[in-house]
Amino acid sequence: MPEWEPIIGLEIHVQLKTRTKMFCRCENVWGEEPNTRTCPVCLAHPGTLPVPNRKAIEWTVKLGLALDCEIASRALFHRKNYFYPDLPKGYQISQYDVPLASGGRFLVPGPDGDREIGIVRAHLEEDAAKTVHVGGAGGRIHGADYSLVDFNRGGTPLVEIVTQPDVRSGEEARSFLTLLRQTVVELGISDAEMEKGSLRCDANVSVREVGEPGYRTKTELKNMNSFKFVADAIAAEIERQIGAYEAGDEVVQQTLHFDPQKGTIQALRSKEEAHDYRYFPEPDLVAVEPPPEMVDAARAEIGELPAARIRRLEAEVGFDLSYDLVASGRDELYARVPGDDRRAVANVLMNQLAAAGVDAAAVDGDELGKLIEARDRIPRQAFLDAVAASGDADFAAERYLGESVVADASELDPVIDAILAANPGQVEAYRGGKEGLLGFFVGQVMKETQGKADARVVNERLREKLSV
Amino acid sequence: MSAAIDTLRLTAEDASGLLEGGEVSGDELAGAYVEAIEARDPELHAYLHVVGERGEGVPIAHKDVITTKGIPTTAGSKILVGYTPQFDSTVAARCKAAGLPIIGKTNLDEFAMGSSTENSAFGPTKNPWDPERVPGGSSGGSAAAVAGGLAPWALGTDTGGSVKQPAALCGVVGLRPTYGTVSRYGIVAFASSLDQVGPLTKTVRDNARLYALIAGRDPADSTTVELPEPVAIPESEDLKGLRIGVPREMNAAEGIDPGVSESVNAAIRLAEELGAEVEETSLPRSVDYGLACYYLVAPAEASSNLARYDGVRYGHRAEADELTALYSRTRWEGFGAEPKRRILLGTYALSAGYYDAYYGQAQKVRTVIAREHAAVFERFDLIVSPTSPTVAFRIGEKAENPLAMYLSDLLTIPANMAGLPGLSIPCGLSEGLPVGLQLIGPQFSENTLFRAGHALERAIGFDYVPERLRA
Amino acid sequence: MAIGKDDVLHVAELARLEIPEGEVEGVQEQLGAILEAVGKVSELDLSDVEPMTHPLDLVNVWAEDETAPSLTQEEALANAPDAHDGSFRVPAVGG
Repeated sequence: MPEWEPIIGLEIHVQLKTRTKMFCRCENVWGEEPNTRTCPVCLAHPGTLPVPNRKAIEWTVKLGLALDCEIASRALFHRKNYFYPDLPKGYQISQYDVPLASGGRFLVPGPDGDREIGIVRAHLEEDAAKTVHVGGAGGRIHGADYSLVDFNRGGTPLVEIVTQPDVRSGEEARSFLTLLRQTVVELGISDAEMEKGSLRCDANVSVREVGEPGYRTKTELKNMNSFKFVADAIAAEIERQIGAYEAGDEVVQQTLHFDPQKGTIQALRSKEEAHDYRYFPEPDLVAVEPPPEMVDAARAEIGELPAARIRRLEAEVGFDLSYDLVASGRDELYARVPGDDRRAVANVLMNQLAAAGVDAAAVDGDELGKLIEARDRIPRQAFLDAVAASGDADFAAERYLGESVVADASELDPVIDAILAANPGQVEAYRGGKEGLLGFFVGQVMKETQGKADARVVNERLREKLSV
Repeated sequence: MSAAIDTLRLTAEDASGLLEGGEVSGDELAGAYVEAIEARDPELHAYLHVVGERGEGVPIAHKDVITTKGIPTTAGSKILVGYTPQFDSTVAARCKAAGLPIIGKTNLDEFAMGSSTENSAFGPTKNPWDPERVPGGSSGGSAAAVAGGLAPWALGTDTGGSVKQPAALCGVVGLRPTYGTVSRYGIVAFASSLDQVGPLTKTVRDNARLYALIAGRDPADSTTVELPEPVAIPESEDLKGLRIGVPREMNAAEGIDPGVSESVNAAIRLAEELGAEVEETSLPRSVDYGLACYYLVAPAEASSNLARYDGVRYGHRAEADELTALYSRTRWEGFGAEPKRRILLGTYALSAGYYDAYYGQAQKVRTVIAREHAAVFERFDLIVSPTSPTVAFRIGEKAENPLAMYLSDLLTIPANMAGLPGLSIPCGLSEGLPVGLQLIGPQFSENTLFRAGHALERAIGFDYVPERLRA
Repeated sequence: MAIGKDDVLHVAELARLEIPEGEVEGVQEQLGAILEAVGKVSELDLSDVEPMTHPLDLVNVWAEDETAPSLTQEEALANAPDAHDGSFRVPAVGG
């Protein structure tokens, strides 16, 4: 059997969270009543004209710089012509041969080194409106009875990022997207939430034998609305393509939709129409020549990128924790929390703090540091309560540090004995080999002592008594 | 009393004087035009929609591609029947702010595509000089309204010659301004890189006054600029120091009526007498390739600009139970023959495999035309030619032959492709019909055009009231 | 330059114009004649000439990111041939 190499290119759309739309000054907001954020411009009434949003251009330049792209000295908007109800003008204003940013790269660190994903381009365009298909089966446009169009979203600034076909697995795509999303959020230009559609990803997937020159037929995966689905869909498509080749079949170029419920991939049934977008320079707009002061200001606002931060923290906490801290943005708090045991700090941030849903930005690092330092000296429950409260404005570690752990066996033994006596069945089972039940007994003791028992002592005493 | 107001002869400047002097009220003035419309528009059909607003200023007529809030705007097309705009175009807003009440919306070739106003979905407009003949187009309704005493002044739009050519054929003054000096916001788009709004008036001074009112940067139109100098209402009656070029190809082109040449040549001699230095010059490629260039660029842009008429958000909608059929039927039913022809042509010119040979090549020809004009304007302040090769032709004469119709714009197109301003003034009669003289200058030279136009207008002494309507 | 019937039908489909069967030939003839006339632009060798995309050499015309009032839902739908549930209604693709 040959060894197969997947070839994956990603196309990511990021909605910018400017106050207003790209080419009119309607509010750019999500979740309002349909058609309450429209005007003659974004409804394409006759005679209306686009006026570009300066902030959107500035933010695209900023994102381009973060992706290590070259910023065009002169960029143009083009019209991309096609008919669809979500496209009121019959064309989308987009960029074509001279985008604002091109030729960049984005690093995705892994345990075995960095992967560099080439960035073909990042260009600015306007989003389409939202169409809801009513009736028929499955809410798809095919077979629906009719569709309802809401133009609130129509005209939202949208940056399209196109990568080189440098991605090699679904997991790598997921990692790329995770870090790209974190970058975009840190730049302050988008919410980048896949569930809301403010971050969207399509993938072009093909496979070839290792060492084979050139590329084989690719398929396009759409409709993947979470990072997990992106990883799963790509993995499933790679498997499907390899299966097809190994069975002597061909892979046909087509657009595929991933069904997250079934985990399966379906071809989009569509009338075969050759796309011919008839791009031409948008005559209603003039050229964009990003001024040096705009580019410099954007560059100055870009902090250290995720890949560099992951590598920097890796030495202290190891790759996995470092990646998680950065990917979640909690590395900012991590840096503010003092303490010699860096792994312990990282673990608390990624586990207890994350589980409690605390906003890392609101936490006083010094106070949390004191708490983590004392974590073995105070009752478990008190520690968890304290972590959960660490984002409160008036949080002080001192209040929780006073609570002490019951570590005296003479105090704990009567409690343990009573619990063992009350659960003879479990005692029997444990002695019969079900050692996993130890956790059950520890839990009972903690409950009885309101979490104040020293978990290490409880464990020791339980083992001793149960082994008798 | 409005009976005392001779709308056929009254200039906007005179009307303004009457209002300021308290001799007539705004109501009386507006009423006089409505009466004139009732009397003569059943024959001329200059208006698609009479509004009859009353106000304190000199009333105005707007070509029906100029969006007016609350007043139907059809672009002369069935596809926009039922559409009522919820906003004012910038030019309509500026007229409104200046207190100019709207008399009505004037007829035009559908989507401003045509040179005779015969392409209107609502029937042709007749030339006030001879109702058997076309008023020119596409701003034929505005030109006929001014010539026929149905409006003191009017706005039109000019893409390939749609203000200049009907002005010439109706014996009035028409300005196509420098591209970018008048806002296109709210002007139903035909070809975005060419469309400009321009005034149609009885005199050059009226024209300058109306241009001053509508021109200047508009934040709603990214392609507009502030005027480099304020508009000067012309006073001078000589042309001393003015260097006028006479492009050989534009004055001796095949198809120019001898009567037209005669009038134009007489005007050129007058210019010399008024002190201008007149010399022959040449624009070979502009005239040779201008028309072909225009009929690629304009339809290509139009094919995209007219994509929004799909029956979803406004206007005509065909019966269909499926989306593609809805689009294709709505558009086939809603558009007339000329828009459909240009949409197909433009779509083809932009389509894969043809872009470089057609649209791409035409954009390069545009560069050549602009450069050729720029070189000529190193030596001349103005160039002159006939506005139209012929006087007004008979209704129906060219309707079946698009290519013959397209030739009407042969002489107006080159300057338009280069983004240059052009003024057409009446310079005499041929076969009893008005002949237009076209003055073209470099970008932002409107003041020079007004100065020259005014001096020539005085010297020529053309009577803008159509002979058959003179009292 | 002549244009084939297939080209006419393809372009009509791109432009969403449903040419009735009996009229295709007429359209083809007219387009062919016009294309022959405008094909004149290809006589010139302009390989070293830049295309003119705009009559004025303007750059960086934009607006600040400040909101302006929108239409109400009623206003937005006022001109709609078929409004339903606060939205514009269209038939589905493919019927």
